[in-house]
Amino acid sequence: MTSATADVSHQVVDEKPAKVRRSDRARSEVRLGWLLAGPAFLVMVAVTVYPIIQAFFDSLYSYRLTAPADKHFVGLHNYQVVLTDSVWWKAFGVTTFITLVTVLVEVILGFALALVMHRAIKSFRGILRTVILVPYGIITVVSAFAWFYAFDINSGYINHWFDWVPGISPSLNWFAHQGTSLFVIMASEIWKTTPFISLLLLAGLAQVPGDLEEAAQVDGATWWQRMQRVVLPNMKAAIMVAVLFRALDAFRIFDNVFIMTNGANGTTVLSLLAYRTSIGRLEIGLGSAISVLLFLCVIGICFIAIKLFKVDLAAARGER
Amino acid sequence: MNRTGDDVRRRTRLLAVTTAVAVALPLAACASASGPPKLTWYINPDNGGQVEIAKRCTEAANGKYTIATEVLPRDAASQREQLARRLAAKDSSIDIMSLDPPFIPELAEPGFLAPIPDDVATKVTTDVVQGAIDGATWKNKLVTIPFWANTQLLWYRKSVAQQAGLDPSKDPVTWQQLMDAAKKENKYLGVQGAKAESLTVWINALIESAGGQIIKNPEASADDLQLGLESDAGRAAASIMGRIGREGLGGPGLPTADENATLTVFQGDKGSFMVNWPFVWSATQAAVSDGTLPKSLLDDIGWALYPQVDQGQKTRPPYGGINLGIGAFSNHVDLALDAAQCIVTPENQAYYFATNGNPPASTKAYDDPAVKKAFPMADVIRQSLEQAAPRPQTPYYNEVSTGLQETWHPPSSVNPDTTPKRSTDFITAVLRGEALL
Repeated sequence: MTSATADVSHQVVDEKPAKVRRSDRARSEVRLGWLLAGPAFLVMVAVTVYPIIQAFFDSLYSYRLTAPADKHFVGLHNYQVVLTDSVWWKAFGVTTFITLVTVLVEVILGFALALVMHRAIKSFRGILRTVILVPYGIITVVSAFAWFYAFDINSGYINHWFDWVPGISPSLNWFAHQGTSLFVIMASEIWKTTPFISLLLLAGLAQVPGDLEEAAQVDGATWWQRMQRVVLPNMKAAIMVAVLFRALDAFRIFDNVFIMTNGANGTTVLSLLAYRTSIGRLEIGLGSAISVLLFLCVIGICFIAIKLFKVDLAAARGER
Repeated sequence: MNRTGDDVRRRTRLLAVTTAVAVALPLAACASASGPPKLTWYINPDNGGQVEIAKRCTEAANGKYTIATEVLPRDAASQREQLARRLAAKDSSIDIMSLDPPFIPELAEPGFLAPIPDDVATKVTTDVVQGAIDGATWKNKLVTIPFWANTQLLWYRKSVAQQAGLDPSKDPVTWQQLMDAAKKENKYLGVQGAKAESLTVWINALIESAGGQIIKNPEASADDLQLGLESDAGRAAASIMGRIGREGLGGPGLPTADENATLTVFQGDKGSFMVNWPFVWSATQAAVSDGTLPKSLLDDIGWALYPQVDQGQKTRPPYGGINLGIGAFSNHVDLALDAAQCIVTPENQAYYFATNGNPPASTKAYDDPAVKKAFPMADVIRQSLEQAAPRPQTPYYNEVSTGLQETWHPPSSVNPDTTPKRSTDFITAVLRGEALL
């Protein structure tokens, strides 16, 4: 490797300083690099870049799938319709609410689980991790149905098992009110994805040097002080990555809402709105505009997390 | 070093070629499979009746073609979504499809359905109930082949009706009487209040029974559609639905009750009167023979025509069912037409009714002894079908239906003074592309 670098600099100095000419070897390495990464790059272009561009293009048209002849250019009119409609803003509010609540609860629960896994006796660790991971292994649609049937007024058992809890009775229809519907949707979401967060946080916990904690303990720091001053600052990157990943996922929530209420009682979220417009109404133009706006929201979340909270993705992976 | 690199590269290339050939070979083998043309029939989920009919018609074709079935999603809206998307992409694998009537104009308008030749049209509309022919027609042309025709009846628990002093089998009953009876007896009415297609079915039946229409000019373009909700009929419908919702006459499950949930409530202790499709009879019979429900329940169930809105005004029960559409992009349109005619023979329709509980579109099929045995109420169903009113036939049906569901749900929020106007404004704005749904 050193000789190759020397080769290159030698040539650059000797021959044409203005134009960098690479040695056969360097060129062949670049080619190998492209050959190795190229297929993945092409796949990424085909499955993400192309659809995004196509969606943006479609969003500039009034285009209904069952009336292909009426397709015409409308510029940014679709965006204007979406952004001036209360339906969009209500869905935006509900989605943001679900994202904030679920991520907050998941981080707290996930951290507790991570601590338990971290501190567990070695012989239990494997089983414990498996048990905690089970909900995450279940397909979202399946878990959504399981929660739906558990809370269903006719076939569910929750109303009968928990009728001693104030407010719960056999005649409580969970999916007929906004508050109770959102509660079940979020509970199911939290149950299913907390294991994911706890795994990410466990990795963060493992990175905290044990001697730092010991030193703090020797200095007489309480458990809470050790958490606050030693453990948390040292795993900030892991926490922020976990929050970012979950926030992005939670903002795109679809399955639970689709299965449980299909948007009834003010539970429509942005993904469901995009689905209902593009797939249900077959209004490709308007639906694409919603999808593009949803995409911009997601980019916005990434931007806030990375720029404002300074999430360092490389640090979380242990590259730096 | 270079030599080795070349060798590796050569070997890699060889591997790539081998892999490509290995992948391509089985595909080529698939393409060259021979035999009679395979027709694909997209069916809605049922109790296996359509699969059996496909088998019978494959045998009857004597090697001319074979029919394979593909199951569509469970609810009507998702069935439409899948078919519309595939047809918009000119999917040639769709030869025959089981279509819910309200969605037929939307598929017929852009030419997604192959035209039905006149001779076939005459043949498949002879001895067929009028409701089914209307549902299969768009702009005065038959665009699908009637297969089975559905309608809702009033089902009641004889014990409850007797206590309330009603006999729906003798005198037609009104919604008013049913609501009063349920209130007095402290029972639940079986109506579909979930935010789904079944809610539109209920709204349409109420408005039609009150002498109105949801859309006055269903063949108009999106901008010119005129809604008939702001009328006496619209207000009458809203007042019935609102009262059932507000007074809890449908039980706490009303805002999420679809046809199956309604049946569960009807079969329970709080069951009284229910409007529902005839599948409830075969479903209850099956539950009784499985031992999950007592035999006495079956004896306690009575049936009659759909309730009236105004005393003495003829009721217009819901119309549903399935028609067969022929895919416009199919490679075997002629064979598909042949196969569809085989599927809808009165014998097959009678078999389908007797085993799956889906009433025939053919009037002849009602005379089949197997039908009379399985469905003692077959004559009431036939009469109901003659009176039935279809949901609005417009290519924008999905917008109209979803718009109604947005504004008439939950039933307790429905108010005759405000809901019809709010609904009209909302649906009009959606149709003009000025509002999201």
